[in-house]
Amino acid sequence: MNYLNAGYGLKSWLLTLDHKRVAWLYFISITGFFFLGGAAATLVRLELITPAGDLLSSDAYNQMFSLHGIVMVWFFLIPSIPATMGNFLLPLMLGARDMAFPRLNLMSWYVFILGGAFTLTAVIAGGIDTGWTFYTPYSTMFSNGAVLAAATGVFIVGFSSILTGINFIVTTHKMRAPGLTWFRLPLFVWAQYATSLIMVLATPVLSITLVLLGVERAFGIGIFDPALGGDPILFEHLFWFYSHPAVYIMLLPAMGVVSEAIACFAHKRIFGYKVMAFSILAIALFGFLVWGHHMFVSGQSIYAGVAFSLLSFLVSVPSALKIFNWLATLYKGHIRFDAPMLFALSFIGLFLIGGLTGVFVATLALDIQMHDTYFVVAHFHYIMVGGMVSAYMAGLHFWWPKITGRLYPEMWARVSAIIVFAGFNLTFFPQFILGWAGMPRRYHAYAEEFQLLNVFSSAGAGMLAVGYLLPLLYLIWSLRYGARAGGNPWDARGLEWTVASPPPKENFATVPRVDSEAYAYDTPQ
Amino acid sequence: MADADDRWQLLLFPESASSVSGQVDTLFWAMVVACGLVVALVFTVLLVFGIRYRRGSPASRRGSPLLYHNRWLEIGWSIPVLAAFLFFFAWGALLYVEILDPPTPEDGDARRVNVIGKQWMWKFQHPEGIREINTLHVAVGQTVRLRMTSQDVIHSFFVPAFRIKQDVLPQTYTRLQFTPTKVGRFDLYCAEYCGLSHSGMVGEVVVMPPSEFQDWLARRDRPGTPQQDGERLFRQYGCSGCHGEASSVRAPDLGGLYGKPVPLESGGTVTADAQYLRDSIVFPSKHVVAGYAPIMPSFKDQISEEDLLKLTAYIQSLTPEEPDAP
Repeated sequence: MNYLNAGYGLKSWLLTLDHKRVAWLYFISITGFFFLGGAAATLVRLELITPAGDLLSSDAYNQMFSLHGIVMVWFFLIPSIPATMGNFLLPLMLGARDMAFPRLNLMSWYVFILGGAFTLTAVIAGGIDTGWTFYTPYSTMFSNGAVLAAATGVFIVGFSSILTGINFIVTTHKMRAPGLTWFRLPLFVWAQYATSLIMVLATPVLSITLVLLGVERAFGIGIFDPALGGDPILFEHLFWFYSHPAVYIMLLPAMGVVSEAIACFAHKRIFGYKVMAFSILAIALFGFLVWGHHMFVSGQSIYAGVAFSLLSFLVSVPSALKIFNWLATLYKGHIRFDAPMLFALSFIGLFLIGGLTGVFVATLALDIQMHDTYFVVAHFHYIMVGGMVSAYMAGLHFWWPKITGRLYPEMWARVSAIIVFAGFNLTFFPQFILGWAGMPRRYHAYAEEFQLLNVFSSAGAGMLAVGYLLPLLYLIWSLRYGARAGGNPWDARGLEWTVASPPPKENFATVPRVDSEAYAYDTPQ
Repeated sequence: MADADDRWQLLLFPESASSVSGQVDTLFWAMVVACGLVVALVFTVLLVFGIRYRRGSPASRRGSPLLYHNRWLEIGWSIPVLAAFLFFFAWGALLYVEILDPPTPEDGDARRVNVIGKQWMWKFQHPEGIREINTLHVAVGQTVRLRMTSQDVIHSFFVPAFRIKQDVLPQTYTRLQFTPTKVGRFDLYCAEYCGLSHSGMVGEVVVMPPSEFQDWLARRDRPGTPQQDGERLFRQYGCSGCHGEASSVRAPDLGGLYGKPVPLESGGTVTADAQYLRDSIVFPSKHVVAGYAPIMPSFKDQISEEDLLKLTAYIQSLTPEEPDAP
């Protein structure tokens, strides 16, 4: 008897209070959103093969990149690891039988779906062409798209984040098994915890901003439109006050997953555990202080720009520390290169490049050139796709045997990891050069000298699509035909590996007692 | 840009054509080298550890103080990272201030050009009154100061070859200064997404040798300088009725105002820059001068952005010596 065969029928899933089943609800819905956002990206890349705007109309192109951004940020990246693996694993890692608030957990999924429904309606009922950033006064006074419906969708989905965040925070504080002290927690839990703090503290700012935007658009009350006495720079401040920390909502859980995978496949305790835990908290804290680096040429005071630049450099230090500590974890390890490890190592390489190019755009004089060009596009895709999605894939493969009780086909998974790594670099590395040479982002048609690099980029996007479709196929295949996984196929440490695969409905027959630190790879489990 | 039509370029060394672009490139390549070394180091370590410590390899795993944590190692790699970051931060910040807050050229020979962005075109007006759309002619070596505003949404004035960019905001004046150092035609882009034809909001900066530029100026119609037009508009809109010398209404005198601190009725002072002059016409109750009653009517939606720039230029011309203000 496990959580999968504990009940049958649609009702047993849609009304479930089991955190593991809620995780599945999220898995299925965000996978749908991922491929929807991916389809929009495919159209964008197809259009950009030629300099002329010939495949799509300008309006359709603008709608496609807006759809891509909105869906990927709010309906895939932000919920991704927390809502799926976080939901599934947090109670298991804590030695708990469920979340602190199982009903709230289910409700947050329904809120998520409601928000998604609004946004999809917006796309069908007229489209949205503001980009994911909703900059005013374009979004409030000039766009003809369904801005209100889309913003309502994002507003609603914010509550899903907040509910998940509250649940995780309370669960981590109150539901830890006896003996599981804070410094015995896996780094995955630290990462979920820090992410939840950001979700709870930053998301309300976005909600308020979207309400103000809606009020201005619907009733013409001047808040951001200077023609009505408002201030468009104020919108940028409020938007980025949420949206920069949101980057860390995406990234911190990824760092948690990678820490688990590296420790397991190097079969060694993570190097500098406390430094890793505190650097997660430091990133979460400093992440709130750097929003102005999105606005170096916006017309905000240039001396404010200097302060934000300095803070942005400082937030990079704990990230650099994490990379060094992962490398040090490999030292004298017993390294296996299974697919989760390949994805985790991809994360390190791509996050490194994404982080270092982040230092380029944090450098004020360079950002004058790079702001709003493809350099920025490439930079944040290295962080969010190269980093975050690689970590998502690492975690998905790592815990797939635990979640489903089946092994995925290892060879295909390694092929997929390699295709994704190569395709990703081919897609996004040329965009650094494009941006440095001055190609602005969100351009439907572009100057002819940019064509060659765009052709590389579009070819890479094709590879990337193959690399992401493969896992969809073989993971579904493995649900029925994959070999049965034992409780601990990777010889990993951690409470989630002490229970059967798939875990029983109540997780632990008896509440475990913890008497050792996480990553006790030097002692047999 | 002789090879601008060539589609098959790697663009590693984009055209560099302003007084600051060379400095920006030096900083860029210094960072490419520094970051490239870090990437090479990390990938080498990954490779070496990956091979040496692969599962089942004969390499020794005997205990070592570096296995699980080491404070001096953590401090040891934080400090060089922090030092390098501070170095590049300072370099970037100094150059940024130099680009976006430059001193007025010593000979006072900066060409003042008004720029209006609107969906989806760039409109320019030269100090001689010449107007252009999407193309801006300038002379090589002569500093150009742009006073920019938008008629609708946010745009951004971006000339990659000059390594300059500045957002252009509605109801707000932003400024940008550059000195072209090469003759040629350089692409101008709108960099801030502004709606349907955002990617069509492109133009060119045409940099000419000074003599050719003088010829070009001579060939063009001169409908009147912004100051002259502004003086006419000052009477036409009735400004002179209160702010004129012979007026009986008590209104602030505008002679010698530009660039000076203005004490406000609400306390505090503001500097009488272009933005202040514009706000005082459109939102007169925003900054009421100390000792005056808030009786001036708003001219919001009555005066076009072009005319506002001309009025501003006229009021600015009432102050003889131009201070270093936008």
